Amino acid sequence: MKITYSELKGKSPGFFIVLGVLAAIAAIGLGSAYYMEHEGHHVTGMSNQIVWGLPHIFALFLIVAASGILNVASIGTVFGKKAYKPLGRLSGLMAITMLAGGLAILVLDLGRPDRLVVAMTTYNFKSIFSWNIYLYNGFLLIVGVYLWMMMERKMQKYYPYAGFVAFIWRLILTTGTGSIFGFLVAREAYDTAILAPLFVLLSFALGMAVFLLYIIIAFQSCDRPLGDGLLQRMKKLLGIFVASVFYFVVVYHLTNLYLTNQHAFEAFILLNGGIYTFLFWVGYILIGTIAPLAIFYHPTFGQTRHAVTLGSALILVGGWSLLYVIIIGGQAFPLEIFPGKEVIESSFFDGVVASYAPSLWEFLLGMAGIAIALIATVLGTRILPFMPDTLDDAVVNPQAD
Amino acid sequence: MNHQVSHSAQNEDVPHSENARRQFFLKVAGAGAGLALAPSLLLQQVAHAKTADQAVSKEVRWGMLIDTSKCAQGCDDCVKACSEGNGLTGHGRPETDVQWVRKVTVKDKQTGKVTSLPLMCQHCEHPPCVDVCPTGASFKRDNGIVLVDKHICIGCRYCMMACPYKARSFVHEVVEDQKAHAPRGKGTVESCTFCVHKLDQGEQPVCATACGEDAMLFGDLNDPDSALSKRLQQVSSTQLRADMELNPGVRYQGL
Repeated sequence: MKITYSELKGKSPGFFIVLGVLAAIAAIGLGSAYYMEHEGHHVTGMSNQIVWGLPHIFALFLIVAASGILNVASIGTVFGKKAYKPLGRLSGLMAITMLAGGLAILVLDLGRPDRLVVAMTTYNFKSIFSWNIYLYNGFLLIVGVYLWMMMERKMQKYYPYAGFVAFIWRLILTTGTGSIFGFLVAREAYDTAILAPLFVLLSFALGMAVFLLYIIIAFQSCDRPLGDGLLQRMKKLLGIFVASVFYFVVVYHLTNLYLTNQHAFEAFILLNGGIYTFLFWVGYILIGTIAPLAIFYHPTFGQTRHAVTLGSALILVGGWSLLYVIIIGGQAFPLEIFPGKEVIESSFFDGVVASYAPSLWEFLLGMAGIAIALIATVLGTRILPFMPDTLDDAVVNPQAD
Repeated sequence: MNHQVSHSAQNEDVPHSENARRQFFLKVAGAGAGLALAPSLLLQQVAHAKTADQAVSKEVRWGMLIDTSKCAQGCDDCVKACSEGNGLTGHGRPETDVQWVRKVTVKDKQTGKVTSLPLMCQHCEHPPCVDVCPTGASFKRDNGIVLVDKHICIGCRYCMMACPYKARSFVHEVVEDQKAHAPRGKGTVESCTFCVHKLDQGEQPVCATACGEDAMLFGDLNDPDSALSKRLQQVSSTQLRADMELNPGVRYQGL
């Protein structure tokens, strides 16, 4: 049976309630961004010790997820898996909207967001941050073209090429995002090339989990059929992604555990780091890795839709926790400025673990980024035919190659 | 200027013989050359001062040697002088207030030796803050001083993530009572400038002049005859995090 697509009708009260709630969250978040900007960052939990805080967790979460969401389209286009092809349009759209939401947070958290035009026009090409500006903008453009070729009948013969370029670009993009940390030579938590592939795999997992949750909720809300066979197939792949992230996390920590000068940092993350240790073991390992794998591969419960929903949600909690440990934990651990010596006095918090208590404003800005991404997704599917009319197993044939 | 000098001299003392004329010419030329060279020689003496339209030179690399044996624990004269000289006012919030120079006391884990020292931007030859800055706002002057261009800093704080010395501060609040020579702004990053405004006038950074113990010797690392270079040749000094090979302009003696 041929797959057909259509716009959302968008006339139900539920549609407007969802948009209204999201718009309110976005408006409140933009208000807090204005407040932080107006008062200065001292009203946030961030400081001269923890310079990147909660907004950056939300932003990187969305950016990493965005590149991962595009995998769904790539699996159909680049790897030729027919069952994934009907999802390509929505995958491309969400890749754009999630990235836009993440970038909105990053920009609004700048000390001078009014200088966005400077960031777009004045470049230092040795900076990985500069490269990322190109990678993000390029991603938006390339995925836009990819979508156009996918949806415009006259251009369809070119869309596999666009899909290939988009796939390569997204791998480079997430490598770049991981390298923002990997290229920081001074800090114990960073300065390692393994952060790049770790971020790439994390994007695979987060992107697939976000996409699964979205289609489960969206198709149910719109009364469009969604087959469990397709969900089960995607769930199996998601399980492999989660296990792969775990592999890179294990290698990252084992490498550090081998190096004597990294022992104090490892003890901080794994044993005595308070919130960071808790988020690592409970947030990432237990909730974000073991629990979803156990749920997904459970012989009976694993076969249900609830298992897919619950497992995906837990993976998001785990990914968020891992990012918190990497980004905030990496800054909280004191810089080793005087190897072989201990700092006994300092007016600038040298040698001590930096404290960080996220403010409500930062949280609201982060939520605004998610709201912006979702508003853009919902409106996108309202305006253009991104969503298939049905993803029933009889139509999609989830067992197809 | 030369021209005028020779004319006035000629009017006062007109020579008659050829020999006297030649001697006179040589004297005038010598005096003229002396007058022409004098200002530049004088400038060399007062720490390479330059005029506003004169470009900074790569031939100079400013640096500092801090003798920790002279640096007293509990003394923060350099910190106070820096805050006063650059208009750095705190808000009673140490976690977000800016600090361009701070006092740190460290104890050797093995020997127990306690050392007190001032810590500021190390003005690296290969500064990581400059490498990572997306807009190029973080930059190194030709004379080795690492600065922030306040006009194009977007406040992303990536330089603060990259600095191994935690030498940079983000301006977390509205800035009041700024000094004209040290422009600052909320939402941008800043750090020690080696008092670049003073250097350009041939003066020393305020921390170095404020130190009553003369623990901070400032000078030109590239000039083998500078007091700094001579001292560095004689005593052993330490670079902080020398393993990173950033070649900082600030060195420590007795650490």
